[in-house]
Amino acid sequence: MTQLPQSTDRKLGLVIDLDTCVGCHACVISCKGWNTENYGAALSDTDAYGPDVSGTFLNRVHSYEVKPETGPAQLIHFPKSCLHCEDAPCVTVCPTGASYKRTADGIVLVNEDACIGCGLCAWACPYGARELDATAGVMKKCTLCIDRIYNENLPEEDQIPACVRTCPAGARHFGDFADPNSNVSKLTAERGGMDLMPEQGTRPTNKYLPPRPKDCSGEINTLAPLLEPVATDGKGFVGWLDKMLSALPGGNA
Amino acid sequence: MSLDEPKIDLSPKVSDEIRKTTCYMCACRCGINVHMKDGKVAYIEGNRDHPVNRGVLCAKGSAGIMQVNAPSRLRAPMKRVGPRGSGEFEEISWDEALQIATDWLAPLRETAPEKLAFFTGRDQSQSFTSLWAQSYGTPNYAAHGGFCSVNMAAGGIYTMGGAFWEFGQPDWDHTKMFVLFGVAEDHDSNPIKIGIGQIKARGAKVVGVNPIRTGYNAVADDWYGITPGTDGLLILSLIHCLMKAGKVDLDYLAQFTNAACLVNEDPDSPENGLLLKDKDGKPQVIDRRTGKRAPWDGAGVEPDLSASYRYKGVTYRPVFHLMADKYLDEAYAPEAVAERTGISAGRIRQLAAEIAKVAFEEPVVLDREWTDFRGKTHKTMVGRPVSFHAMRGISAHSNGFQTARALHTLQILIGAVETPGGMRFKPPYPKPATAHPKPHCKVTPGKPLDGPHLGYPHGPADLCLTADGAPARIDKAFSWENPLSAHGLMHMVIANAHAGDPYKIDTLFLYMANMAWNSSMNTTGTMNMLTDKDESGEYVIPRIIYSDAYSSEMVAYADLILPDTTYLERHDCISLLDRPICEADAAADAIRWPVIEPDRDVRGFQSVLCELGAKLGLPAFINDDGSQKYADYADYITNHIRRPGIGPLSGWRMGDNGLQDGRGAPNEAQLDTYIKNGGFWLAHVPEEAAYYKPFNTAYQDWAVKLGFYDAPQPYIFQLYSEPMRRFQLAAMGHGDRQPPEHLRERILKAMEPLPIWYAPFEEGLVDTEAYPFHALTQRPMAMYHSWGSQNAWLRQLHGMNPLYIPTEIWKKRGFKPGDWAKVTSAHGEITVPAMEMQALNSKTAWTWNAIGKRQGAWALEGETSESSKGFLLNHLISELLPPRGDGMRWANSDPVTGQAAWFDLRVDINRADAPKASQPHHPPIKSPVPQAPKNLAWKTKS
Repeated sequence: MTQLPQSTDRKLGLVIDLDTCVGCHACVISCKGWNTENYGAALSDTDAYGPDVSGTFLNRVHSYEVKPETGPAQLIHFPKSCLHCEDAPCVTVCPTGASYKRTADGIVLVNEDACIGCGLCAWACPYGARELDATAGVMKKCTLCIDRIYNENLPEEDQIPACVRTCPAGARHFGDFADPNSNVSKLTAERGGMDLMPEQGTRPTNKYLPPRPKDCSGEINTLAPLLEPVATDGKGFVGWLDKMLSALPGGNA
Repeated sequence: MSLDEPKIDLSPKVSDEIRKTTCYMCACRCGINVHMKDGKVAYIEGNRDHPVNRGVLCAKGSAGIMQVNAPSRLRAPMKRVGPRGSGEFEEISWDEALQIATDWLAPLRETAPEKLAFFTGRDQSQSFTSLWAQSYGTPNYAAHGGFCSVNMAAGGIYTMGGAFWEFGQPDWDHTKMFVLFGVAEDHDSNPIKIGIGQIKARGAKVVGVNPIRTGYNAVADDWYGITPGTDGLLILSLIHCLMKAGKVDLDYLAQFTNAACLVNEDPDSPENGLLLKDKDGKPQVIDRRTGKRAPWDGAGVEPDLSASYRYKGVTYRPVFHLMADKYLDEAYAPEAVAERTGISAGRIRQLAAEIAKVAFEEPVVLDREWTDFRGKTHKTMVGRPVSFHAMRGISAHSNGFQTARALHTLQILIGAVETPGGMRFKPPYPKPATAHPKPHCKVTPGKPLDGPHLGYPHGPADLCLTADGAPARIDKAFSWENPLSAHGLMHMVIANAHAGDPYKIDTLFLYMANMAWNSSMNTTGTMNMLTDKDESGEYVIPRIIYSDAYSSEMVAYADLILPDTTYLERHDCISLLDRPICEADAAADAIRWPVIEPDRDVRGFQSVLCELGAKLGLPAFINDDGSQKYADYADYITNHIRRPGIGPLSGWRMGDNGLQDGRGAPNEAQLDTYIKNGGFWLAHVPEEAAYYKPFNTAYQDWAVKLGFYDAPQPYIFQLYSEPMRRFQLAAMGHGDRQPPEHLRERILKAMEPLPIWYAPFEEGLVDTEAYPFHALTQRPMAMYHSWGSQNAWLRQLHGMNPLYIPTEIWKKRGFKPGDWAKVTSAHGEITVPAMEMQALNSKTAWTWNAIGKRQGAWALEGETSESSKGFLLNHLISELLPPRGDGMRWANSDPVTGQAAWFDLRVDINRADAPKASQPHHPPIKSPVPQAPKNLAWKTKS
């Protein structure tokens, strides 16, 4: 059993905007590229060019269809990675102390030197956000790009997770939820940011912004007066046109 | 930090060096930072300074490292040693490869250069490859636009001097309502995602009109699940509603469009339907100041939208009257089109009303003075902040050209083109059809062609016909079958060459187009044509040369392979002469440069053409003494002169007093300067020139200064298309150049000079009860045509492609989870995995494009999901329409431009038991590259 910190100085995490995510997978691949190259073991791909290809990803995008009671069906793109929970069950279940939550910023990490690849943490995580790397035999998970966000070799504007930096639609935001004035705290407050599966009691740090209501205009024709006819055929239209033109600057009216 | 937390390095070294170049994982052409470690590519991210992507990068771009290391990369030139299609090759030297090509092509040039058909696929160097083809002397050259989106491009050029993507973009900064028609996920890729994110963040509305609700349509605030092929009808109904309510921008229409130009109404005149012109050929309007006729561009002229005119016994009426007659017709009323479009009348009205509200009750007014071409100074810039975008979705139909024209007409009617919040052109556009070249086809053995191949005909006189009136080009572009085929018809080349219609060819020379697989209609038939032999045992298409970087399905069908490099190993220029990457506020061009050297015996295709061109003695590629003019493509990029002072790249040219933009002499250090500047060059459009570009003197002057054209050339938008009317007149019997009898009726109908809608051709030729449904493809955002599957990371995102079937069909035909579907069309049958989907037009099934692969290609090992469960819809689509019993070969293409009508497909769908693999299943081809590694654990050691 591994202890969680009583509290953390900062609560770093992501806001993911489900209203804007177009499901392009840019975050998935940017994450793979940065993280195979950096923190810990490579993110391997087995049978990479064959029938049984399977690779390790720290972030994946799922798509779900939703059929509201009225109106057409909708498709929600749902990116998912570690939510850096405050009550992270993956940490408390770890038999070796390899999984831990950082006191400084709340990031949940795996110390790969201590990881025995038992898989208990992946089993404990209700979100399926951890993947055991088949080649390295250690547990891999989102590090919130801990080797980017403090990295003095990167320009300050790039000291953000790779997924946030690359997201073309601007659907991912990084910041400190402990600071009520941070971009992520404000977005969460303004847009009703939600916990994923709050009933699990994990108190996730990452928040999801729900999609705005869709297909509301329907046929409720509050705008009907805008289409009030000025004419019903070409001849009538020309009559209207003459009237309008004479009212324009330079007209004869 | 707690004491028991491990110490980790929070500032690891990121890379040794960043090399900035241009992405080529799709056609979007974003700027990328390539992080290098120990001379190897370690990580790729977006370039924050780049005008296209501003730092972001899509999945494809980030997966570039897996592309430049893909096991599918071709390794050396090869000549075929087994039968065509077997994949049996022998590696040869470049000397031998170039000698073979020269031995084939040199005699052909001296005798019959048209027997070389050179088509360059998804080429980004068309201004270069076309120069090569022109210098060789064959009329048979084009890239892939004919099977992609020429309807949108040509519809835009003829209507307003540009269309979307490379030509124009929504005014993301000001638009309040963005309406996206049809599938457009990759044209262009990141800028649309950036734009949607940007406008959603400030609460602007996004509307999607698409049979399929994925991608951008999934985030649309309102979704209109339209029936395929009816977009034009919906748009004309919106026009009907807006005109009927008077919700059109009369001031804009009068000043900046040909709505006030006068049309000859005399039914007996050979000029019936043409515009009244003065002796200088200028279309005439009635000047509201005087009530008299005046040229459209006369100083101070105020064109009258409503005045008719009688002259020499002929009545002339303004275009706008003709539009009123046409579009107020009840045939376009929402009630009349609801059933066909699948959108209720109430919802059509709602959309029209929302457009009217945003356009006319929420205008954007910029306090910015500008002067128009008539000399009138305007104190403000008034915008109608509704913007539109569309690409292949509405284009790839046999009514796509008219539909694209209809969409542009809608934008223009509300005054939303080149005004704040609407659609904005990207330099060097706007550029009307009259400012483009006309097509050329005059062949002289041993000499160059008489001019550029592709262009914009203004009437029958500009068609590419032989003396006996037959098509001069192998693809029949610019013939009576499709007069305005501005991008050619690559999808007809193999079928026509095989049929010897209009003639046989000797050598087919292709570059990066997977014609033996996903880039052809009728894929199986195409493979048969490529391998078919005549009575003498010779191949019907005698010689095939192919250049590709990767082991695509097409490789097996060529006789000689010229292996290209990957995009990080080569020079390229993304030129203003070609398909530019500009933004509305800036002209820009860019380069690629070898950030890594190839580790194989491969060469950039353009450099190979420099050498081959010299060996063939092509005038553009040799010096006066006959020696090779350009050592390689980099040398060409730096030193080629297209017009005085104009070369492939506009940045850092040599002027009298140092370096300058736009015009100037070659600068030997130009490429180095581009590299130092991050791989691109950019010149901002002056603020007073930012809108109203076709009419704005400040923009016109700036465009001349930068060399887009040599004198100001303001113009007005062509709501009414005179070039189209000229073809109608020919079909009615006027003029010397006459269409064949069997095409008269079709030309009359298709070349209507005001946008119309007609049902897609396939619908009229098949039994719609037997084939009641539509089937479409769209490209995943994470894949680019056939390229994604060779990429170990991307193929894990889209490794197979079920047929997504709407719930209505799913239930009606008794589908259960795990079922497969037998899909039939008038042309063929496929059996494929099926899945239910609700967010779909109820008559439309769809799948991802080009995920299905042939076993043995792309260095994939064994029976992968791509080869056993993936499939192509192409097997259901013929390049020809179903026979009509007249013995003619009617192309499955738009009758105006020849664009491939991929999305006209009608099908039936029934459940099927799962076969061993998706059907049809083709036998494996022998891979020309070594076996791929089994596992990857990618880390670049520094």
